[in-house]
Amino acid sequence: METLFAITIGILVAASVYLFLARDLPRMLIGFILLGMAVNLLILVAGRIGSIVPALVPAAETALLQGTANPLPQALVLTAIVIGFGLAAFALMLIVKSQRLMGTVIPEEMGEAEGDEAATGVALPGEPDRRKDAA
Amino acid sequence: MQLLLIAPLLIPLCAAGITAIFWSRPDIQRPIGLAAACLLLGSSVALLSAAWAIGPLVGQMGGWRAPFGITIIIDVFSAIMLVITGLMAVAVAIYAMGPGAVERDKAGFQPLFHSLILGVAGAFSTGDIFNLYVWFEVMLIASFGLLVLDRTREQIDGGLRYVMLNLVGTIFFLMGVGLLYGLTGTLNLADIARLAPEIENQGALAAVGVLLLIAFGAKAAVFPIFNWLPAAYHTASMPVAAIFAALLTKVGVYAIIRVFTLIFAHDTAFFGPIIGVIAMATMVTGVFGAASHYDVRRILSFHIISQIGYMLVGIALMTPLAIAGSVFYVVHHIIVKANLFLIAGVIREEGGFFGLRRLGGLWVTKPLLGLLFLIPALSLAGLPPLSGFWGKFAVIRAGLEAEAYILAGVALSVGLLTLFSMIKIWNEAFWKAAPVAPTGTVKGDEPPATRWTRRERAASYVPIMALAALTLTIGLWTEPFAALSMAAAEGLLDRQGYIEAVLGTPQLAELTGGVE
Repeated sequence: METLFAITIGILVAASVYLFLARDLPRMLIGFILLGMAVNLLILVAGRIGSIVPALVPAAETALLQGTANPLPQALVLTAIVIGFGLAAFALMLIVKSQRLMGTVIPEEMGEAEGDEAATGVALPGEPDRRKDAA
Repeated sequence: MQLLLIAPLLIPLCAAGITAIFWSRPDIQRPIGLAAACLLLGSSVALLSAAWAIGPLVGQMGGWRAPFGITIIIDVFSAIMLVITGLMAVAVAIYAMGPGAVERDKAGFQPLFHSLILGVAGAFSTGDIFNLYVWFEVMLIASFGLLVLDRTREQIDGGLRYVMLNLVGTIFFLMGVGLLYGLTGTLNLADIARLAPEIENQGALAAVGVLLLIAFGAKAAVFPIFNWLPAAYHTASMPVAAIFAALLTKVGVYAIIRVFTLIFAHDTAFFGPIIGVIAMATMVTGVFGAASHYDVRRILSFHIISQIGYMLVGIALMTPLAIAGSVFYVVHHIIVKANLFLIAGVIREEGGFFGLRRLGGLWVTKPLLGLLFLIPALSLAGLPPLSGFWGKFAVIRAGLEAEAYILAGVALSVGLLTLFSMIKIWNEAFWKAAPVAPTGTVKGDEPPATRWTRRERAASYVPIMALAALTLTIGLWTEPFAALSMAAAEGLLDRQGYIEAVLGTPQLAELTGGVE
């Protein structure tokens, strides 16, 4: 079972790394979501899998019985899924906004936050304006 | 006592909730926000004096015994960080009433600002590594919102870079947490610290350490994962940039210091040189990055990176003096750097621009601003008798004592280059004559549309003066601050004390109201 998990996690990570290499943001976001899934599986395995006895305390007992499944990784994964979903939703909204405002979802084509102008200020009188030369 | 322990979490949480309810009423939001920030500062000071007097304060949430529940632990180091968080919250809450306040508040600045403070305070006070992850996320999502507050093209672009890199950082953190849980079977930091030296597979533990170093390093903007910071910070509105510069990267530094003194302290031989090299590279790349820029905000952003390197020296060397130096440096840096960003906002209001080439002559028209700029600027460069000198002095002396001569030499020369950068801002913005009729517009650097009112001017100048006075105080009356840093360092190196404080002392039973 661990082997199967390991292979699945490996495939997910490989796919996400491939997507991270893409130039456009939606692909990178999908890569992030896949990587999140891989890590969720990793946490599940880290908590030891094997038992299929549900983590419920029987009516007469006060503690979990021996051999029940570990409930903690499930709680962790649940938290991580919720957080990951929230972050992905926010990132997606940013991407949509960038498409609307700048008409592109490729970071290199934006050049709003970085670039010569932002770095050097504006050309002083008498100095060649590099922006015009480029255009 | 129990209530005081969670006061730094409750206060910003309530403030965020209440200001969110009064979404369209800035007149109600502002006093509430300022009051919450003052309360936070007050409760943090109370916590610091308590932690100073009786050692680490521990509370088990919900009465669940450690290591099963979530532990809140505030030792001297955490308390120092909480006090400085409160201080920054007050300063920025006042400054945010300055120019542009109306637009900011309409966009939801207040609830997001307090959520950010909540995340930061939570990260400083938790004793549970998964809980630390959750606080990181609270902080992160609030910072995403704050960064793109004005929704300009520039901000969306900068925001995307910031968001994407930080998302990957959080995944690394989660991966590290998962593997650490697999190795130790616990998430409580004290319990992990107890078990870590006994783990058979030390190689796997080192791998976890590297994963966490990448995750925290991405937050702290260390070499080579700092690119998001200069791409994003200068696009934010000035109060937001100031609080980011003050707190966000420092949460990463805090996490590195906390985790590496607790969990990986027995493996200094492996991590020491790695962190040392990272520290040097961070210092050097940051300062050279700053040298090539002419926008005040971008110069300051690059200097954040450079200064992070100094804070890592303590963890690289792991001697008491080095760690005390790091703690002192973090405190000094937060005050000085936030103040420089606040001053950058005022430079724009007074001089019209952020770009150095279009600024000039401010010394003639605004000598007070010039003086106020010189205090944090020279402190950042490490000139005596300002606070930065003592921070650098402690770090470099620790380096020489540990015979890490290259590290100490790099730290010294980077200080010199920092001075060069600060003098550049001084020469261009204050000293040189104002350029004749600056023409053309640059995205994100348009002159302010309206002149500011007296009230706005007061709101901008008061926090700057207060922080400058604090910088002078730390510089001239260093002893209590140095003693606090030493106490924090001793607490950090006393792993056994931390473990015992969390995992069972009489004090614990008392704090949890006798639930055993």
